[in-house]
Amino acid sequence: MAKVTLKDLSHSYLKTQSSDADWAIRGVNIDWNDGGAYALLGPSGCGKTTLLNIISGLITPTKGDILFDDKVVSGLNPVERNIAQIFQFPVIYDTMTVYDNLAFPLRNRKIPEEEIKAKVHEIAEMLELSSTLNNRASGLTADGKQKISLGRGLVRSDVNAIMFDEPLTVIDPHLKWILRSKLKELHQKINRTMIYVTHDQTEALTFADQVVVMHEGQIVQTGTPVDLFEKPKHTFVGYFIGSPGMNVLPCQINGNDVIVNGKKIETHQQVKKNNFSKTEVGVRPEFISFSNDGIPVKVLSVSNTGRHKIVDTESESGKIKMIAKSNEDIPSGSAFLKFKKEYTYTYGDSWIIE
Amino acid sequence: MNKTVNQKAWFFVIPVFVLVAFNAIIPLMTVVNYAFQETFGNNVFMWEGTRWFKQIMLSERFHASLGRQFLFTFIILFIQIPLGIAIALTMPKEGLGVPVCLVLMSMPLLIPWNVVGAMWNIFALPDIGFLGHSLNALGFDYNFTQQIGDAWFTTILMDVWHWTSLVVLLSYAGLRSIQPAYYQAAEIDGASRWAVFTKIELPKMKKVLTIAILLRFMDSFMIYTEPFVLTGGGPGNATAFLSIDLVKMALGQFDLGPAAAMSLIYFFIVLLVCWVFYTLMMRNEEKS
Repeated sequence: MAKVTLKDLSHSYLKTQSSDADWAIRGVNIDWNDGGAYALLGPSGCGKTTLLNIISGLITPTKGDILFDDKVVSGLNPVERNIAQIFQFPVIYDTMTVYDNLAFPLRNRKIPEEEIKAKVHEIAEMLELSSTLNNRASGLTADGKQKISLGRGLVRSDVNAIMFDEPLTVIDPHLKWILRSKLKELHQKINRTMIYVTHDQTEALTFADQVVVMHEGQIVQTGTPVDLFEKPKHTFVGYFIGSPGMNVLPCQINGNDVIVNGKKIETHQQVKKNNFSKTEVGVRPEFISFSNDGIPVKVLSVSNTGRHKIVDTESESGKIKMIAKSNEDIPSGSAFLKFKKEYTYTYGDSWIIE
Repeated sequence: MNKTVNQKAWFFVIPVFVLVAFNAIIPLMTVVNYAFQETFGNNVFMWEGTRWFKQIMLSERFHASLGRQFLFTFIILFIQIPLGIAIALTMPKEGLGVPVCLVLMSMPLLIPWNVVGAMWNIFALPDIGFLGHSLNALGFDYNFTQQIGDAWFTTILMDVWHWTSLVVLLSYAGLRSIQPAYYQAAEIDGASRWAVFTKIELPKMKKVLTIAILLRFMDSFMIYTEPFVLTGGGPGNATAFLSIDLVKMALGQFDLGPAAAMSLIYFFIVLLVCWVFYTLMMRNEEKS
């Protein structure tokens, strides 16, 4: 068990780097506490798997340091770092039985067979694999195999951290939910640092206490699921998290006034400086309502999800989605929208203006 | 689903049927015809029943060539399969080395059998061939045209040179299809290089290796041209493998009945060995 710290970490797969785009990861700083459940969330190609492989020691970073419990481990290999990693698709040793698969990491570390037996049975019990211990691992279903991968990480009682690289990709939707709650339950039981990489916001938000959102090799925000929802620090977080995502509209800033479509609107922050090349206003569909006065829009379409209605509208400066109660009457044709002040933020060059 | 009944559709199958009949069934049935009868030409046939089969099965000459054939096939499989895997493991995985190695590896496979035989014949000639002359110059008494051991050595070396590449290419393809996550997981599990080979690489290569062994078994078991050009089956009958012996019997002595019976026995041996081997290799695959 360990605290994981990343210091000014950058990595590039190229030998020479000329622009920001050549870096897979740029200047990442992270502090993860011992025993926490963390998620790395981001779209495909944002660098999250690279970051995970750097932590586990499969990739050596171009710049920066990795610390476990304040000890630099950048030069150590995965065995020396003592971490466990579960991959996107289940990695099992086909020719071995489930028991041998689970015992494999322990046997490689020359642990006495008696101890191995006890440990394997304990973990198999926890993962509900006990009845299949003597079967060939290759005969199991995808979720059974993924449990074996997970089990191989759990049998070692001294691992510093357990890392998951989109572990539910190949699992059937109805089993995903079961396995995810199993993971959560395991985390509470064994209390080890777990780092979970995913592009699925539901997985990240349900699994983790702290979610790290990555975008183009950088960390754009770290926070609890509620933070990410209520106060996105970057427009990317705004529209990546939430369904539908945040509305982002261009705005002008005149002194202290924020102007959208020629209308002054109230925002959460007091805007002071204004030297950005692009300024925007972001507000989630959940925090928009119809009113008698506000941003003039044309209602385009309404889709009812059962729980609520998603209304597509068009304003002068772009489309705005809003969520209305399912029993609410939706005006047709033109209407006015009002943004909830405390959840409306201004962004300069995509970053929140504080 | 309701199938449409249309008996006229059978006409579409006729071309394939005719083709298969001409290239497989009719020649095979001719052989079957000869195997049970005696002929003196002029299309006159006499029924002989199983006489030729009994004769072949009891003939020492057949036993000897069959024995030589199995020995040869086992030796070349024993050398080519491990050697092929070893070479595939050391081949580069990226960069310019990949195409270079692949082209170099494919070269022997592209050379016609006859040419390989002729090449090695000249290469190994004791007086003027590079191999033969060098060996003699180094003090070995080497002459593949007269000494049985040397003839075997040269034939095996030629076959290894000609066909190991096939095993290499198949193994390489098998190795490349292993996802990097397997190696990463093994690294994290603390597996040794040997464990990675036996627990990941070999099991993942199982299917391509089965194909490689089958192909090499069939090809080497039916080998004809190369030893025919290299040694002509000699010295004596030392390298007269089944095909060479069969051709001698059929075309040299014109014993069409026994030769036909031998062909069928030969065919059934190949079929049987392939079937047994394949069934054994794949018996666990069904369950998973």
